[in-house]
Amino acid sequence: MKELVFPFDSRAILRNKRELKKALLSDGTARVKKNVAVLGGSTADHVVSMLRLFLLNSGIEPHFYKSEYNKFYEDAVFGSPELEAFKPDIVYIHTTSRNLTLMPESASVTAEEAERLLDEQFAYFRQVWEGIDQRFGCPIIQNNFELPLYRRTGSFDCWSPSGQAAFINRMNVRLADYARSRSNFYINDINYLSSAIGLEKWHDPEAWYLYKYAMSTAVIPDLAHSAASIIKSIYGRNHKVIDLDLDNTLWGGVIGDDGRDGIEIGPETAVGQAYSEFQSFIKGFKDYGVLLAVCSKNDEENALAGLEHPSGILRPDDFVSIKANWESKDSNIQSSADELGLLAESFVFVDDNPAECAIIVAQLPQVQTVCLTSVGDAMYALSRGGFFEVTSLSGDDLRRTEMYAANAKRAAQQKKFANYGEYLLSLGMYASITDFEPVYRQRITQLTNKSNQFNLTTRRFTESEIEEVSASPDHIRLCGRLSDKFGDNGIVSIVIARCEGDTAHIELWLMSCRVLKRDMELAMLDELVKKCQERGISRIIGYYYKTPKNSMVAGLYESFGFEPVEKKESGDSVWSLSTAGYTNKNKVIQKDQRSCTA
Amino acid sequence: MNKEDVIKRLNEVFRDVFGDDSISVNEETTSADIEDWDSIEHINLIGSVESEFGMRFKMREVSGMKNVGEMIRIICERGC
Repeated sequence: MKELVFPFDSRAILRNKRELKKALLSDGTARVKKNVAVLGGSTADHVVSMLRLFLLNSGIEPHFYKSEYNKFYEDAVFGSPELEAFKPDIVYIHTTSRNLTLMPESASVTAEEAERLLDEQFAYFRQVWEGIDQRFGCPIIQNNFELPLYRRTGSFDCWSPSGQAAFINRMNVRLADYARSRSNFYINDINYLSSAIGLEKWHDPEAWYLYKYAMSTAVIPDLAHSAASIIKSIYGRNHKVIDLDLDNTLWGGVIGDDGRDGIEIGPETAVGQAYSEFQSFIKGFKDYGVLLAVCSKNDEENALAGLEHPSGILRPDDFVSIKANWESKDSNIQSSADELGLLAESFVFVDDNPAECAIIVAQLPQVQTVCLTSVGDAMYALSRGGFFEVTSLSGDDLRRTEMYAANAKRAAQQKKFANYGEYLLSLGMYASITDFEPVYRQRITQLTNKSNQFNLTTRRFTESEIEEVSASPDHIRLCGRLSDKFGDNGIVSIVIARCEGDTAHIELWLMSCRVLKRDMELAMLDELVKKCQERGISRIIGYYYKTPKNSMVAGLYESFGFEPVEKKESGDSVWSLSTAGYTNKNKVIQKDQRSCTA
Repeated sequence: MNKEDVIKRLNEVFRDVFGDDSISVNEETTSADIEDWDSIEHINLIGSVESEFGMRFKMREVSGMKNVGEMIRIICERGC
């Protein structure tokens, strides 16, 4: 039901809950029946009524037990005849920071005392979980804890021994540690939820004073949706496939019109970066068993060309089904589902075109549709949608990932570098230095027009001039791309040299300031000398034309070992290097052969 | 906005919240007149009225309202 799909209108859901419930119960869906016990540390009535709606919408018909107000501890630890008789299939412990009764209150609390309070508070909750486990052995969902809105000591509250935020954060870490050590124990991350929504909106102290609601009633649908997503996942009702449009969804532009070289993906432009991040985000879902598919109005050949873009992250073999044709999208989704032996209801469809989204909503209402208005919104919708909540990764899998991650972090913290060269080596840099590939000419032109600081001649080129240079037999062209272990910096350096007999004149040498002090200029020089030697050029002439902005490279050729030829009053200078006997200067960047062929 | 408009919009809120299209409130209506109007539904009603009229009741008002007439008076006072 579209009213219950994130982003939803919480107020409308609360107001119309009876009508929504009626509509869900009469829609003819076959649902599994589950007994859900909600043990609350605050009033839980709205939580129950909202959980009901979201569970009904996920194919689960819940029957509820609700503890008396703030009797979660008593029910769990001492038991209650009603709860025993109810025989819960799942227990949801709806507690909040209001239930952290041992939170430090006084500034005089020492670190040792705070630790003891934390131990005691954690033990209190552990009794609850163990009590339930012993009685029912059923899955437990436990809210973690939200930060308070009010604090006395400003930022100090998050790190002082007596700080409440400090206490809550540490409590949350303990909960997470516990969850990892147990099966059948799941955290409902209200710490994330309240941050995403905003603590100002989340908290409503008057709702606490009036009704003993631990949060604003307006955010209870969000809370219930989050808990329902976990229950839905536990009972195997997760979505399974992300089915994606291509043009303006996985890259900027239209591949059929703009061609492979014209679409935007990769670090060169802001739009390209957005789509790179989106492709990485989507690709990461694969590790959690989510299947990816393509549903695009395109010729298949073009679709595949787009997915082979050198800066692309998703590749054709990342997809279990690629439908790139001119059929309607609803029939394509249905046929992908048929081929995979899945129901259409396990599909989440992502498209930037509102008209295509509207068709799917109308024709295949069981498919969840995410209409991509921006990459950020789409990532948020996929984050909050509850489509792919993870509850079944084996404990070992989780621990293994965690272990590797922790080791890596430690290494980063512990590593001390003897010198700068060692640091550069640790970056694991790869340079790919190529001729001006057609795909990159736009970026090359752009760089010649916006680089001011690391630019020896500050010569500007139009795109057609770059085309001319690219076709010229008399020019050596170098286009340098640098990546390191933190990611791809994209095209960062351009050199153009004009050859005349046994001499090469450097007409352009520029580098993006984002890779200063990485020795990329040495890698470029090595490559330039090599290219010159191959052509039998014995002398390279470098020119420095002074501008108000490029003083940082006034001494560049000198630092390379060029001899001065001429130094003018104006600050301009001319330099010369013999290519004979040249030894490579770059020692820290490896040459990346892989992308040279791209 | 005049009182009639307020009553009209308020009535829609009541119908939605209590899921009953036969509800017709007036100034004398109290919680005793509507079957499901208990303390829990009161919370939902208050929230829905607040969001319909873009205003907030004070705590004293929430717990002190005797009938729909008082609710209307407060809404009108807030200048909606």
